[in-house]
Amino acid sequence: MDLMSCLECNESIKMVSRTILKESQIMKIHYITGIAAIFVVALHIMMRLVVPFEQSLEYEYIIANYKNIIYVLILESILVLISVHGFNGIRIILLELRQSRAWENMVTVVTISAMIGLIAYGTRTIILANGL
Amino acid sequence: MNNTAIDNKNEQKITLKVYRENRGQDSGSHHDTFEVPYKKWTTVLDALLYVKSYMDPSVAIRYSCRMASCGSCGMKINGVPKLACYTKISELEKSTIECEPLSNFPIIRDLVTDFSRFFNHHKSMQPYIQTNDSTEADTSKGTFSFYQSPEDVDKYLQFSYCINCGLCYSACPTVGTDLNFPGPQALAQQYRYFADTRDESKKRLDIVDDRHGIWRCHFAGSCSKVCPKGVDPALGIQLLRSYMLGISKNDKVPAKKIEVNGNNNNNNGADTE
Repeated sequence: MDLMSCLECNESIKMVSRTILKESQIMKIHYITGIAAIFVVALHIMMRLVVPFEQSLEYEYIIANYKNIIYVLILESILVLISVHGFNGIRIILLELRQSRAWENMVTVVTISAMIGLIAYGTRTIILANGL
Repeated sequence: MNNTAIDNKNEQKITLKVYRENRGQDSGSHHDTFEVPYKKWTTVLDALLYVKSYMDPSVAIRYSCRMASCGSCGMKINGVPKLACYTKISELEKSTIECEPLSNFPIIRDLVTDFSRFFNHHKSMQPYIQTNDSTEADTSKGTFSFYQSPEDVDKYLQFSYCINCGLCYSACPTVGTDLNFPGPQALAQQYRYFADTRDESKKRLDIVDDRHGIWRCHFAGSCSKVCPKGVDPALGIQLLRSYMLGISKNDKVPAKKIEVNGNNNNNNGADTE
């Protein structure tokens, strides 16, 4: 960023963003998904600890877990919560790197697309393993 | 032994390294070193003015009040943003003092930086009292005063001590990467007017609710650490966020308006006094 270019900026520098969600709404989602993910991941780890570690990695045990609807719901929750929280975090970091409307729009589209893609692929894996 | 002799005996010298750069000339930047006499009450600004008076008049400094009221002489002293007039050489406890221009500001010359962007951010916060009452503008109906309790004033008082010196803006790591981020000074001022019971604007939170707005604060807290007036901009930012997240409820009751001649005009529908 060229700091010298600031010398010529006499107009207000604030860019007006027209977005579907306000930034405060996005950040509410960000905080809620982050806090919720902590609890769901903790639950996931606790469910893993009910059996010895080696047994928890066995193929049959994992497939059996995928057949357990409660475990499936937890896995899906983790997938959605972490994806939403994580990709929004990446969006925030990338927004700070450069400041232009084209960059911001590109970052938003790419991160949302990647988030949807990851959730779709993860959900497909859960469904296939579940045998639905 | 007369007083002058005592003064000369107690006189110590400090090495002052001053950043030199002229934006108008592509000569690059360098540091000039000066040996400056000082006493226990000598400030960095005094030392720089000594250099300017007796050693090198071309050193560029911006200063005015010399008493930490105007906020003109902000610079990095040994790497930390400080007011030169408010920093005593004896308190730094270093044999060499390095004076550099504030970070996050374009350099005009030597220690003088351009505040255009900083002030534009400040202006974009609409830093003035806004009322919805048309009687305010009607001078034929007399002059009004606002009634505020000490509790009302306490909510924003510390933020009104801001002198726009730019030290917090210089220390902010987010401003370092995102120049569209308003910075701690502007955001703290937004809270200052948001918390003021005389202000009735409904759009204050929307102004900072932007991609590059209040949510980009990392809460490093360096703004509060460097403020020479004891303002806590990081606190203002977090308080504003708590209102935007709905954690804090905005139960602000607009201040009562009292006519200067003693009659009370309560625009809130409450009893007149």
